Amino acid sequence: MVSDFGNILLFIVGAIIFIRLGLWVTRLFRANNPNIEKLSTYECGEETLGSAWRQFNVRFYVIALVFVLFEIEMVFLFPWAVTFGNELFFVQTKGWGLWIGVLEGILFIGILGFGLIYPWKKGHLTWIKPTISPKVPCAKVPSYLYEQINKKYERHSVS
Amino acid sequence: MTAFLISLGLLLIYILLAGYAERKTAAFIQDRLGPTEMGPKGIFVMIADGLKLIQKEDIIPQKAHRFFFLSAPFIIFMAVFAGFAVVPLTSSIIGSETATGVFYVLAITSLDIIGIFMAGWGANSKFTLYGAMRSVSQIVSYEVPLGLSVLSIVIISQSLNLQEICKQQGILSEQTQYLFGLKFLGIPTNSIGGFLCWNIVRFPLSIFVMLIFFIAGLAESNRAPFDLPESESEIIGGFHTEYSGFRWAVVMLSEYAMMLLVCMLTSILFLGGWNTPLPNIGSWKFAAWTTGTPGTFLGNIWSAFWLISKSFLLIFLQMWIRWTFPRLRVDQLTDLSWKYLTPFALGFVILASVWRVLMII
Repeated sequence: MVSDFGNILLFIVGAIIFIRLGLWVTRLFRANNPNIEKLSTYECGEETLGSAWRQFNVRFYVIALVFVLFEIEMVFLFPWAVTFGNELFFVQTKGWGLWIGVLEGILFIGILGFGLIYPWKKGHLTWIKPTISPKVPCAKVPSYLYEQINKKYERHSVS
Repeated sequence: MTAFLISLGLLLIYILLAGYAERKTAAFIQDRLGPTEMGPKGIFVMIADGLKLIQKEDIIPQKAHRFFFLSAPFIIFMAVFAGFAVVPLTSSIIGSETATGVFYVLAITSLDIIGIFMAGWGANSKFTLYGAMRSVSQIVSYEVPLGLSVLSIVIISQSLNLQEICKQQGILSEQTQYLFGLKFLGIPTNSIGGFLCWNIVRFPLSIFVMLIFFIAGLAESNRAPFDLPESESEIIGGFHTEYSGFRWAVVMLSEYAMMLLVCMLTSILFLGGWNTPLPNIGSWKFAAWTTGTPGTFLGNIWSAFWLISKSFLLIFLQMWIRWTFPRLRVDQLTDLSWKYLTPFALGFVILASVWRVLMII
């Protein structure tokens, strides 16, 4: 008799064995003659410059931090969710226990809501967009000449 | 063991069907013909694709971190496939009847992002790294509304076991179920069954919860319009740019498996899972006829049929969305998750708890 988590382990181990077997079987069919060109890093045909292992944008860390906070609070909400609305609990406490359970839940979710509002107001949830300044043309030809030409050939343009 | 073999077999048949369906759906939406060459109407195109992938060389870039690069597909596939362990496939076949079912699914599918990051970082290419960063931040953001919308259903059904959640939504329920879940209305639906027992009717607000769950599920499986992690026009293929051959096939298989898992969970949590949509009307026992006795051959066939047809309809909806909506921008993506879905999901958790109290009063 396999336990419940034994069955889960079967799925995990089975998935790994499935891929391992697949790799062994496909080795019989697939070509294997690597060369320098094939093994180079793909960058649309350009030679790669430097390594990809470098710093990346701090915005991703902020998202990860907010996520960790929320995920932990959600873990605490699951045990509450399966216990507070039990019918046996309702009978034993003659009804009032349920409302206390709900109030506790609302209190907890309220604190969670403040936790959401705080980074929201601080602006951590907004993705910082790069500011693009419109380019001023630096051509020597004054712009009214272009406009004159545009006006002159206006009737030729396809509308 | 049966459930394991059925899940694996279902997944392999499903990838053939879904791949073909995806191409044909895309083609018809874009007014093209799609695959036509292999077999009549191109139905063998996925088999040809599979043969091609088997013969392709397994390339490991010279600059890659070998351990991360080689082991990432294992973790990605394992994380998604292990999620199927607690999904009830029929009314009697389920991999593991653990009491923490749906919580375990949320936990194990999160491991997916570790695999994705290993793949992206390990390949040592800028495209894969960008894809992995985007993917991780996206999945992590949408994990919160996904979990909260599951929580509302857990409050309503008071169980984490998916088989139990399923059983409550039909004529096989052991407890008495009432219309809209409300006892004081005094209309028991146990003998009627059908769609009247589904969670979407038991807690009518859960149609919005389902919307949140479905959107978050789309983002979790990196499907368009949330396909920034692998947007072909910007970063080639995202985190799986450097994979080829069988390893690439495994990454793709786990992506499609994630779609199936999300759609199965949507149908189990909200749309009755393996329960029939047809109610008993008077002497016409539609629900009883199309459910069968659990454990018997007919019971298994009927329940598998309903679950699979519901999830395939949802998968079709996902494909339809993919080829209809444009891709989101990254700031719209984070805004949608944190500023719209999460507050609404929190609100629905409170409403669900109040509804649960009304259900037993």
